[in-house]
Formats: sequence, structure tokens, C-alpha cells
Amino acid sequence: MEQRKPIIRLEHLGKEFPTADGPVKALEDINLDIYSGEIFGIIGLSGAGKSTLVRCINYLEVPTEGDVIFEGVSLKSLNRKGINQMRRSMGMIFQQFNLLSQRTVLKNVCFPMELQKVPKKQAEARARELLELVGLGDREGAYPAQLSGGQKQRVAIARALATNPKVLLCDEATSALDPNTTKSILQLLKEINGKMGVTIIVITHEMGVIEAICDRVAIIDSSHIAEAGNVSDIFSGPKSAIGRQLIMGNTVHAEFGHSKLVRIIFDGRASKEPVLANLILACKAPVNIMYAATSDVNGTAMGQMIIQLPDEEGEEKRIMNYLATAGILHEEVTEHDF
Amino acid sequence: MIFDSGTWEMLKTGIWETLYMVGLSSLISYLIGIPLGILLTVTGKDGIRPIPFLQGILGVVINLLRAVPFIILLIMLLPVTKALVGTTVGSVAIIPPLVIAAAPYIARMVESSFREVDAGVIEAAKSMGAGTFQIIWKVLLPEAKPSLLVGAAISITTILGYSAMAGFVGGGGLGAIAINYGYYRYETGVMFLTAAILVIIVQLVQEVMMKLSIKTDRRIR
Repeated sequence: MEQRKPIIRLEHLGKEFPTADGPVKALEDINLDIYSGEIFGIIGLSGAGKSTLVRCINYLEVPTEGDVIFEGVSLKSLNRKGINQMRRSMGMIFQQFNLLSQRTVLKNVCFPMELQKVPKKQAEARARELLELVGLGDREGAYPAQLSGGQKQRVAIARALATNPKVLLCDEATSALDPNTTKSILQLLKEINGKMGVTIIVITHEMGVIEAICDRVAIIDSSHIAEAGNVSDIFSGPKSAIGRQLIMGNTVHAEFGHSKLVRIIFDGRASKEPVLANLILACKAPVNIMYAATSDVNGTAMGQMIIQLPDEEGEEKRIMNYLATAGILHEEVTEHDF
Repeated sequence: MIFDSGTWEMLKTGIWETLYMVGLSSLISYLIGIPLGILLTVTGKDGIRPIPFLQGILGVVINLLRAVPFIILLIMLLPVTKALVGTTVGSVAIIPPLVIAAAPYIARMVESSFREVDAGVIEAAKSMGAGTFQIIWKVLLPEAKPSLLVGAAISITTILGYSAMAGFVGGGGLGAIAINYGYYRYETGVMFLTAAILVIIVQLVQEVMMKLSIKTDRRIR
């Protein structure tokens, strides 16, 4: 599909952990190409192996099978020094931020440059620049304990970018944050990707994160990749069971069977509000769209839709009540009516 | 009870000798104990440079030394002391056994301080390409500093306690005075006074170290 050369290629990657009950496979036969400049998501339920996978990419975990190719270089072929050199081209941020608690914000951002023996003045200038970029220019003298979770993650992002890495690995970077902070951190990551062209790999268990910033996604389930592709493709038609579960949630297991059918009539009045979405959210129950036809008449949506209600009495009642109280035109129909 | 000027002179010398013995042995013990503690942590099974074989041997040696009661170690080490400082009596003669008893103890204290350092922070340093020595020097030591200071207060107090046994090998210090007067001469007044001075020294060491630890700990707002 793509003509570009991948910046990271995972080839038949596998990782086995020895345990008391024999070896456990955390990853098996993982093949992925990640291209320069994209935001790539890796999603899975906890225990699926996604954290191990991201740690294999920078060799914090050494794969037991297969190889990681970074910019055409096989990581397997590198010695300890080479691995450390490679890691300087890959920044990483974590769920728990992992800042040095005894260093100020400024000194935390200077840390990776200190490791590379960048002169102090130069390092501090760069650190200030980055703190400005992440919106913490006024907090350089603070210690991590004085910052909120979102601020800590911003410092961690500045720190990870200090050495101008080509790749930024994000391991559940927003999982410890509240929804609003998550949004702003994702926004920042997207901004950095656009401004600096850093390839970003995002590990998460939240579909919302993938939806918000990722170009492509791989869904990982019990040590394997269940499916991978463009986010829009996967969202519109997940092929794997785990994909469907992650995208639609657990509610879609409702039985429909021979349950009630309802025709909803759109008379133009409701064109500005998402009638069906509101209904599903308000009633916390799924509906099955059997038939829908709308036409645009002078800028208003006119038409009808036949939905099937869940087979469960409580949910059915809730939906009927909602339709009545919301003033949505509707009528009960049978299969022969359409 | 009234003490003559000779008693005060003796106590003054005792305080000086105690501080000298404890200070010097603490210093040397830490010079040996910190590297040992680092080695124990770093070479451990989930350390940053696992060498389980080396860590195992080190662990056994340290446990052996720690298992021998100090008073017995003191006697067992007489030939070593003679070889090291040329004498087996006096305040200097207590320093080698004090160091040999305290260094393993300190190594364990240091090890436990290092284990308190957040594994995530070490992983972050690794992810930035930090080498083993950089992690020790720039992550483990500074991050563990508050805990190391608390450990030092405990270790120095323990060394002070051990130093009281110097009296048995003709060493000086407050412990020796307390034993000689209280135990051999039944002068309980002098004994209680020296004990009181020892209590004050312990309090001071403890207070200063704890204050230092809290004051320099940046985790506390």
C-alpha cells in the first residue's frame, strides 16, 4: 500500500517469560510496519501484551524471537552501547510519568541531555524551549510533587523530546489522567507530531485515545495482532471479535430476536439533534436499524427509520418512554409493514 | 553527688574518644558499605546489571558477618586488628572490628534504601539510554538520598552502641567509663551520667539526620 520505508519494522516478534509453571508467551509472531511521521496506536485489553510490545521496540524487554528493525538497523545486532545510542533516538513516556522526584522540572528535562554530556547552558536553554512548548514555561523551578498529573505528563513529554528523538513511545500515557486532562495531553501529542514530525506510538486500552489522534491502529489480543489498518477503516468495519468489542463496547451482546419494531418519522424538526444517538445514550440500550431513508429537503432532513428494540422488557419500555417524552413521531410496526 | 574536676576531665576525654571512634568508623564503614549496597542492588535478580552468582556470595558473606555478635567478633578479630593498626588495645584498636561489623549492616541499609527507588524512574532512565554507572550516580543515589540519611541515623546509633564495648579491649570512650565505674567499681553516679551523655549524643545524631532528610526531600511539598 505504502511506498515509504518503515521507520520501525517488527518481524515475527515474540516474547516468552519464564514462570514457575513454565514459559508464558506474552507476544507471538508480531509483524508491523510503522512509518515515519505517523501516529500509530496499539490497543488491547489489559494483559494482552501491549506493554511488553512497546518495551520490545526500545529493547527494555529483549524479544525472545524475531527482530526489531529501527531505521534499517536490526536491534538484535547491537551491543549494549549501540542499544543505549538507539534509545536516545526514541523518547518514551509512561502512565506513572516517572519523573525524578528530587530534581526540579528544569533539571528533569535536562536529564537526558546530561546523560549525553550536553553542556549545561545549552541543555538548560533547550529545556526552557521545550517547557515553553508544553505550556510549563513558568514552572521550571517546581518539583514534581508540586505538579498535577497532567503537568507531570507535560514535563515527561518535554523530557522525552529533549534529545530530538525520531520516535516517541507512549505507554498508557493518559490512563492515570482525568478525561479533560487526557484530551489536552492528546492535543499536545498531536501538536508535537505536526510541528516536529516525530513518529508517535501510542499504547492504550481506550478506544477514545486511538480515535482522537491515531492514523493507524493495531489491535492486539492474547499475544497476537488481531487486526491492523487505518483507524477509519477499523472503526467502520472491525473484522475481529476483539475489534468489535473494543469499538462497540459490551452492550451489543443484547438479544434482538423477535422484538418490537418501531418506525421513527423525521419531520425536519429534529434535524439538528442526533435523535438516535441521544436515544441510545439516554436509555443506555442498543437498537438495531432495520431500514432508513432520509432525504434533504431544503436543508432539513426528512425521512423515516425503522428500528428494532432489544428483547429485554425494561430496555424496551425505556425506549418507548423516551420516544414519547422527547416528542419524536413514532409508531409501532410489524415486519410486513416494510 | 559531687564529682571532682578529675571526673569531668575524664568525661570530656570520654566524649572526645567516643566521637572519634564512632565518627571514624562510621566514615570508613560508609566508604565500604555504600559500594557494597550498590553492588547488592545492581547485581540482584531484578537489578540493572543482574549477576545472581556474585550477589549470592556477597549476601552470604554479609549475613555471616552480621550473625556474629559484636563482642565475639571483637575477640575473633584481634589478630586482624593487630595486623591493621599495630595494637589490640586502646581506642584505635576498636576501629577495625567496628568497621567490619558495621559495613555489612550499612550495606543492607543502603540496599533497602535503593530498593525504595521507584522502578519506573529507573526504567525511564534506561529508556533514555542511561548506562549502569549513570543510573547509579544520577538516579539511585540522588533519589534514595532522604532514605539514606534516615538509614545513616540508625547506623551511626548502632555503631555508637557497639563502641561501648571498647572498654573490654582497653579502649576508651564513654562506654568504657560506664563499664569501669558502674560495673567494676559500683560508682553508679558516674555510670548514669555517662549513660545520660550517650543518650544525648544519640538524640542529637537522630534529630540532625532526620531534619536533614526531611529538609532535603523534594517529595514533600
